[in-house]
Amino acid sequence: MLRQTHSRDTISILDIPAADDFVAGAKLAMADDNTTGRFLDQSFAIEDVKLAPGDDAAAAAKTLLDSGIGFLIADLPADALLKVADLARAGRALVFNAGAPDERLREEDCRANLVHVAPSRAQLADALAQYLIWKQWPKWLLVVGSHPEDVALGEAYERAARKFGAKIVEKRTYADAGGGRRSDSGVVQTQRQMPVFTQKAPNYDVLVAADENQVFAGYLPYRTWDPRPVAGSGGLMPTSWDASHELWGAVQLQNRFERMAHRGMNARDNQAWVAMRMIGDAVNRTKSADPQAARDLMLSPDFDVADFKGVKLTLRPWNLQLRQPILLTDGRGTVSVSPQEGFLHQVSELDTLGLDQPETKCKLK
Amino acid sequence: MQAQVKRARPLPQLAGEGGRRPDGVWPAALTPVGLRDRRPEPSWDHALLSSPHPASGHLPRFAEKGKLALLALALAATGPALAGAAYVTNEKGDSVSIIDTAKMQTTKTVAIGQRPRGLALSKDGAFLFVCLGDDDTIAILDTKSLRIVGALPSGPDPEQLRLSPDGATLFVANENDALLTAIDVASRKAIRETPVGVEPEGVAVSPDGKTVVVTSETTSMAHFIDWPGGESVANILVPSRPRFAEFKPDGAELWVSSEVGGKISVIDPVRKAVVQTFAFDVPGLRKEAIQPVGIRFTRDGRLGFVALGPANRVAVVDGATKAVLKYILVGQRVWHLALTPDDTQLYATNGVSNDVTVIDVASLKALKSIPVGSYPWGVAIAGP
Repeated sequence: MLRQTHSRDTISILDIPAADDFVAGAKLAMADDNTTGRFLDQSFAIEDVKLAPGDDAAAAAKTLLDSGIGFLIADLPADALLKVADLARAGRALVFNAGAPDERLREEDCRANLVHVAPSRAQLADALAQYLIWKQWPKWLLVVGSHPEDVALGEAYERAARKFGAKIVEKRTYADAGGGRRSDSGVVQTQRQMPVFTQKAPNYDVLVAADENQVFAGYLPYRTWDPRPVAGSGGLMPTSWDASHELWGAVQLQNRFERMAHRGMNARDNQAWVAMRMIGDAVNRTKSADPQAARDLMLSPDFDVADFKGVKLTLRPWNLQLRQPILLTDGRGTVSVSPQEGFLHQVSELDTLGLDQPETKCKLK
Repeated sequence: MQAQVKRARPLPQLAGEGGRRPDGVWPAALTPVGLRDRRPEPSWDHALLSSPHPASGHLPRFAEKGKLALLALALAATGPALAGAAYVTNEKGDSVSIIDTAKMQTTKTVAIGQRPRGLALSKDGAFLFVCLGDDDTIAILDTKSLRIVGALPSGPDPEQLRLSPDGATLFVANENDALLTAIDVASRKAIRETPVGVEPEGVAVSPDGKTVVVTSETTSMAHFIDWPGGESVANILVPSRPRFAEFKPDGAELWVSSEVGGKISVIDPVRKAVVQTFAFDVPGLRKEAIQPVGIRFTRDGRLGFVALGPANRVAVVDGATKAVLKYILVGQRVWHLALTPDDTQLYATNGVSNDVTVIDVASLKALKSIPVGSYPWGVAIAGP
């Protein structure tokens, strides 16, 4: 496993990443895989490499690959991830992107040995958009942060609005002026800044925030000038997983994770769990540790991933993105799950989320 | 299953009805004291009070010893005696609905405890065993008095259970602990625990009682355990999230449903290998919506019925060829099934629409939907 260190400067202290953030999910899945493996005479182990900011991911990947590792689960920024995937190709290793949401990794920069477990920004934005349309909140005030990731997420929301018929009444940018999150905690200056920032907006139903670096979105609920709900990076959030999710047997997974890690399972943990389960399942069923055999099985119609989101998950064969329902959560419980009823698709309703095959720019090589 | 309710024996009369809710169920705190069954009081208070989760918040209502046996009872003391009875666990309603199978009506609702799911009738029909997932116990309901008369040591979060053909042993899957627990019914003691895969769920017992099968959802296996040895003898990989297992009445085949994989695996219990898998295809429904769960066979093994979950249909399968003969539209998220003892009717629990569909086996048509409690999960039927 290759994982970057995530910032501890989160708006809520509940979101500060633990030391075993991400890898804990894979460790739980390893235990699950080994239970099956015990009956099949297979065993699974994890080599965990945690990268500090500035560390060379490619060098770390090379060390892992040289030691004969066939499966890499990564939580890395897009550029580092591509370097790792290209290195892995020489060794015929399969890389699982369980962290990066960037569209380009699934589109123009896609790789034949790079499987995307993490949902893309378009999948997340479409999931929220479907719900807001179902709720009949079509007029959005879009607030986008000043980081490049925020701009990309903002574009995903604009695209989702066009796709599902919402109207963005105004787009605003919230500039990151720097500074720590702990000193204010929302109740001093922030309480005065957020109403002013959202003042004089055209009539809107819901504020949609694009803020991947947790600069402002978490401060918006209850502080907007007009009394309006907040969604996106704060308020009602689209995500692959949340520690409060308990439907469809998820509570058993949450319990097992809590027992092992002594904390709740976040989206990164779950994505790592899914990746490790996919590897385990493929190795169990092919009776082989060959990454190519695993890839072939994962792309066959017989393969499905049993997560706890109501339906089976499968891979999109054209870009190796995992099809998945997206939870809409306020962090206290699952408010809804997209795709919403009524958004139809000729192949899979899960393909109403994110870029579909006819619009893909990916040519797998 | 044998008859469990005799017309000659009236239901107990109540001391008073002042606190009864309009639906006929006594709130636990107001349950009238002074009603005692003729049977000696079992030691279930001890089982509950020594539960390993004293801080769970679930226990206070069990805490007063005098009320223990009176926790829940239903009362339609003047109601008609039952013919055949179908017992339905209401997962969210924390209750058991009792349906008169002759009238096809819910006649009583009994508060049972938190998150009731798997259930089984004792061989003589006198008791109903109900897994209470959130109370970490199995309640024993007296089917005559409709009072809870005891509890079995299930381990945490029991979900499904099966009774051995001789009625002596209950096998329980403990989803949280990856264990199969065998409980001696007479002594109410756990006698054997066998480690199985992650999240064990479905339990089946072969007609000769010599093989117990557990399906584990995350491990995706059917584990064969010999009995009374209690040793795991084979572990068979099946498609994802196996939820339920059922032996054909002649024991020649075991069918395992995989909820996520969307398939039924047919296993030869002698060779201990999958000999066939088959799937379902409902025109107009997306693949993901077809999630097979509960399975039942007619006694002659000619027909198999499979509940298809959010596909809202019960599939009728030819027991020999495995061809799907028909999809019968029922309620929403059909979960588990039971046949009447004479094989004339099939009951299907519809978790989301809060009802039970009765299917006529001869014509393979849905006859009626009977409203029950909230989130009906399992069903067990006793004959008249």
